[in-house]
Amino acid sequence: MHLRPLYNRLLPYLLSAPALVLMFLFLIGPIMAVLFLSFTDWQLGETAFRITGLENYLTLFSDELFLRSMRNTAFYIVMTVPTTLIFGLVGAMLILQSGAMRKLYQTIYFLPFMGTAVAMLIVWEFVLHPTIGVWGMIAQWFNLDPVNLLRNEHTALPILALISIWQNVGFAIVLFMAGLSGIPEEMYEAGALDGADGVFSKFSLITWPLISHVTFFVFILLTVHSFQIFESVAVLTKGGPNDATEVLTYTMYKEGFDYFRTNIASAITVVFLTGVGALVLIKAAWLEKKVHYQ
Amino acid sequence: MRHFSYFLRHALLAAGALFMATPFIVMLSTALKSQANIFSGSFSIIPEQWAASGNFGEVFTSLPIIQFMLNGALVTATIFCIQVLVAVPCAYALAKFDFKGRNILFNCVLWSLLIPPQAVAIPVFLELHSLGLLNSYSALILPWTISVLGIFLMRQFFMAIPDDIMDAARMDGMGEISILIRIMLPMAVPALTAFGILSFIAHWNDFFWPLICLQDVQYFTPPLGIAYFKTDDAGIKYGPLMAAACVITIPLLVVFLAARDKFIQGVSVQAGVK
Repeated sequence: MHLRPLYNRLLPYLLSAPALVLMFLFLIGPIMAVLFLSFTDWQLGETAFRITGLENYLTLFSDELFLRSMRNTAFYIVMTVPTTLIFGLVGAMLILQSGAMRKLYQTIYFLPFMGTAVAMLIVWEFVLHPTIGVWGMIAQWFNLDPVNLLRNEHTALPILALISIWQNVGFAIVLFMAGLSGIPEEMYEAGALDGADGVFSKFSLITWPLISHVTFFVFILLTVHSFQIFESVAVLTKGGPNDATEVLTYTMYKEGFDYFRTNIASAITVVFLTGVGALVLIKAAWLEKKVHYQ
Repeated sequence: MRHFSYFLRHALLAAGALFMATPFIVMLSTALKSQANIFSGSFSIIPEQWAASGNFGEVFTSLPIIQFMLNGALVTATIFCIQVLVAVPCAYALAKFDFKGRNILFNCVLWSLLIPPQAVAIPVFLELHSLGLLNSYSALILPWTISVLGIFLMRQFFMAIPDDIMDAARMDGMGEISILIRIMLPMAVPALTAFGILSFIAHWNDFFWPLICLQDVQYFTPPLGIAYFKTDDAGIKYGPLMAAACVITIPLLVVFLAARDKFIQGVSVQAGVK
């Protein structure tokens, strides 16, 4: 008779055991391993290793390529995130007021997010082709020098940023549209009585403050996403020309899986993880504050 | 003034829409053109020399593209099924049972949400290497069988279901497991759909992990397959290459257009993740 309560007490553990085991095998365990490996000199294939403390990190921070990679990643984030955010917000506001065309616009803007990313990157490479692509045609119209934008040191990274904006703006629009349609119409009516009836005063006094949480979420999601840039570099530029598109995940990939310098790749991973983790913690802290004040 | 702003709004939206649609139009139009037409100088939307059958024919004969698509479908479907089997019970336990260690477990889930997939690649690669599982379907599937995002979303959903429903079912003599399977799961279909859409988008598009863990073309998923086709042909045969991009992209776009609202809802769920 007393088997039942025992079963009931064990049940939650049984239910969560598979998740817990897999979480340790594929998430928490690996993170601890990467942290540990970053303080050793172990490389794939070796049997012995030494604890070397901060040596890998010192190597990294005096390595020109790694520093370039950090700068490029930061620059890429700065180019993509604010632009996607602004186009996303403006796009969402315009689409919400576009009447019968609303669904059509939303669908078209969201298409790039649904296209298989690597396939669309290959299409972009053709679009950007200096002689036979759309870029070649535009360059001809305006009498521009049809440079190969992906092979040019100054344009390669901005072009990858442009492709990323193309891919993600629909995602931002969808999230902003959800946020904007949550603002009750009465807010605008009440605002109008108090003198907020122009486009800009409506926006700055009502819309902007009321969607600040959505803006913040989209900002963090986009930044974390941009931090992880890999595909476009691996498929289109391979870090070139002249390391102009070398970014953190790609440097990590090369160190870990081309050169098999596991220790260095682990240290890069830790730097990468610190950057992403810091962002998400900022998000959590911001949310905590919000909850307290509500 | 009113007319002007109406006009301006639609002009801006249409210009943006054209920019968004351009790569898709270029992909379709190039897939239908002959090699000579593609290289004939300036770009045109309507093909002057058609070669649709030649381009698509070459994709299906020179590239195991059907195999890539099947691999993609098999891998994403298996990943999601296992994710559900693992995440739903755990989410249910976290939401509806009071047990020692619950907070620790939930904190593990929250902290794991911070981990980007690239960060675990090296140790997971080593794990699979030592088990001899690299270069196989298992390598594509195993690391993603745990979805902490799924646990989080499903927990949130279960929390919103009143306990009274469970109590009533217990009164009727239902066991805990059958309450989960016969009462909770049917109610959870919308949440599971959102979870499924997010999981599918993430793993269908994944390029990083398959690139690391695979060598044999027979296991390639569509993203890896088309990248391989590109390097294989030195990127010169644009007609077949764009045809391959069509074959990979269009089925997905059709599914998206058919279930547009579900996809958009599923993707928006992410915004609520704390």
